[in-house]
Amino acid sequence: MTLYLPRTTTSEITEALTAERHSIGGGALNMVLTLIVVTDEADHYDAVRAATEAGREHPSRILALIRRDPGAEPSIDAEIRRPGTSGPGEAVLLRLYGPLGDHPGAVVTPLLVPDTPVVAWWPGVGPQHPAADPVGRLAHRRITDALRAPDPVADLLGRIRNYEPGDTDLTWTRLTPWRSLLASTMDQPSGWVEAAEVTGEPDYPSADLLAAWLSDQLQVRVERHTSDGPGITGARLITEQGDITLQRQDGRVATLSRFDQPVQTVALSRRRAPDSLAEELRRLDADEIYERTAKHMAALADRSEEPV
Amino acid sequence: MKEPVMPGAIPNPLRSELDRRLPRIAGPSVLVLFGVTGDLARKKLLPAIYDLANRGMLPPGFGLVGFARREWEHQDFAAEAQQAVRENARTPFREDVWKQLSEGLRFVAGELHDDAAFDELARTVRELDADRGTGGNYAFYLSLPPKLFPTVVKQLKRSNLAESEGAAWRRVVIEKPFGHDLQSARELNAVVDDVFPPHSVFRIDHYLGKETVQNIMALRFANTLFEPLWNRNYVDHVQITMAEDIGVGGRAGYYDGIGAARDVIQNHLLQLLALVAMEEPVTFSADAIRAEKEKVLSAVELPDDLAAGTARGQYAEGWQGGEYVPGYLQEEGIPDDSATETYAAMKLGVSSRRWAGVPFYLRTGKRLGRRVTEVALVFQRAPHQVFSSVDVEDLGQNALVLRIQPDEGVTVRFGSKVPGASMEVRDVTMDFAYGQSFTEASPEAYERLILDVLIGDPPLFPRQEEVELSWRILDPVEEFWAKAGRPEQYEAGTWGPASGHDLLSRDGRQWRRP
Repeated sequence: MTLYLPRTTTSEITEALTAERHSIGGGALNMVLTLIVVTDEADHYDAVRAATEAGREHPSRILALIRRDPGAEPSIDAEIRRPGTSGPGEAVLLRLYGPLGDHPGAVVTPLLVPDTPVVAWWPGVGPQHPAADPVGRLAHRRITDALRAPDPVADLLGRIRNYEPGDTDLTWTRLTPWRSLLASTMDQPSGWVEAAEVTGEPDYPSADLLAAWLSDQLQVRVERHTSDGPGITGARLITEQGDITLQRQDGRVATLSRFDQPVQTVALSRRRAPDSLAEELRRLDADEIYERTAKHMAALADRSEEPV
Repeated sequence: MKEPVMPGAIPNPLRSELDRRLPRIAGPSVLVLFGVTGDLARKKLLPAIYDLANRGMLPPGFGLVGFARREWEHQDFAAEAQQAVRENARTPFREDVWKQLSEGLRFVAGELHDDAAFDELARTVRELDADRGTGGNYAFYLSLPPKLFPTVVKQLKRSNLAESEGAAWRRVVIEKPFGHDLQSARELNAVVDDVFPPHSVFRIDHYLGKETVQNIMALRFANTLFEPLWNRNYVDHVQITMAEDIGVGGRAGYYDGIGAARDVIQNHLLQLLALVAMEEPVTFSADAIRAEKEKVLSAVELPDDLAAGTARGQYAEGWQGGEYVPGYLQEEGIPDDSATETYAAMKLGVSSRRWAGVPFYLRTGKRLGRRVTEVALVFQRAPHQVFSSVDVEDLGQNALVLRIQPDEGVTVRFGSKVPGASMEVRDVTMDFAYGQSFTEASPEAYERLILDVLIGDPPLFPRQEEVELSWRILDPVEEFWAKAGRPEQYEAGTWGPASGHDLLSRDGRQWRRP
């Protein structure tokens, strides 16, 4: 069931949410976090759907902020999706008109679930300094997606300069299956890694992050090659005993070859937005490895820009 | 010899404690499943293995070998397994994942006493090592009746499958029942122990793989709120219940002569008791947790008068949930004069400073009111009541209930003022439910346990010591019952026999209705 509150105020919304809980018998507030989705009309449908799906693992109150005509009179249109209609948590879509669009913090503050973490997510192009953003300021964790920017790599590099604990980017989250497979190949005794290569689409920050991660963890030179994708298409660890190669051409199945073992195929699908989001919501403390890797990537980028 | 937790010999440079996004992945290995045509394999084990693969927790070099008495080829087994996965897996079926998994599927047909079949098995796993890079690491899952263990274990030894070379490991997984009394548990252990060292033996009690059971430790030791109350100063008594609404059904052959106490109390309920009553372990390591569990199990005391401190029953025909169901003695395969109990309850004490004088009431049964497992800590009444006795008439004792299944969660019951002009206090509950929400994404107990076996992480598996301690608790009760004639009948669909209720009313208490 969906409840529409046109031209409303935050106190009316709060009242409607409370009434909702009373009508279902005053069940406990099971929500573990508030997820603020900063989006627009074009993106909000997919974004709220992904958030709701992630909410199955992390019951949350989803507040979707959709900015409308900035010239209009200030007002809020609210759409409340009750718990159970779209997942265990509740979703509130807030359309902000006029100058209110510049003060989203004031709108969401009374609607945050008490005493639980707040996560902000920009499914589209995110702010360059998330922690200073009016919504980002309220959040313990700030999720951006550099891939949506016109120049993804520059977008990510710019944001890394403003990094503050709690920042994270989906270009890093999408990488987890690759990192996890590569790490597992090195669970078995393997030779000293002397160099590495990462191949993927140009302008694909995940590939650069993977290269930076390998270079930082293994303390070796990592070459970044380009291909037609989709996404990352290969990674190679060059060890003193031979190569460990992971190749994925179709975005679904990878082949793993290791110098001392037969070639194997591994399912390695590209990740869907809800999976990435669910992973982000699993831990809300600062991701130190991301910080190190991203800063290392920025350092590598600076070095390559210097005239030789 | 202590095995490294991660299979790699040197610390893996790509892993870091700080990097908590990377999941624990099993190393290259082969899982050999005996009894692969059984119910457990079809409903739980094969789906759990697929789910692990789907979550990316199995390595590329993974092999699964089925062993059974069927004229199957590899592809027949693959087809059967796929059917089982499609029907029972928790995660959606994905062709890519299945393909990856099925490339490592093998089947060996044969009898357990057949030397040739085991030679074939040895050849098959070594082939997997060569084709799939499974690294010579084998886990043998004996999903078989315990009486067949000696045969299998001897065969594994004879075919040189039990001994590992170099850094490779061998593990053996056995399911309950671990014997039917102390004596038989020791004999069973001797058989396995003869071939596999103790740290390679994984005893599965699937209850310990359940999220809610693991949450008992989180609830107790990660919070400050509960621990101060968790002792004899505040707790009046503890009730541990595991009720089933089903009858003995297809398990008649196994169940008769075993009974409810051996089937459930010895393992599940005593493990729950241990987790609820144990002291805080020094660390969260397997050895530390087991040490605390063993301490508390060795402190468990039986009542002096077993006639007054235990109860048992046998379900009679009756109406249950809109259906007329037969009594235990009318079930197919049960002798008319069977004295096997289908309901067992007992009052135990824990002699420690924390629990002295606090009774732990355990009960389990078939054909009870509904299917439920829970642990309830019932607190003492307030020592002094400022409200008049009329006002607090509706007020019961405060309680903290850990709901293990179904509807997993935690309930706190306390008194609250009834709205209105008069001062009246009534019980209300505060509830945390894992809900459809958390559990949907959380792994099945078997998933967690199989992964732990492949990784070699033992905290969730009871040691032989724990098994023996539980039999030490139960054996005197069983001996007493064996001499006490036939159990009392109770109507199906009720909460057990009168003697079960008397067990508590004698102490001025009563069972919660779960």
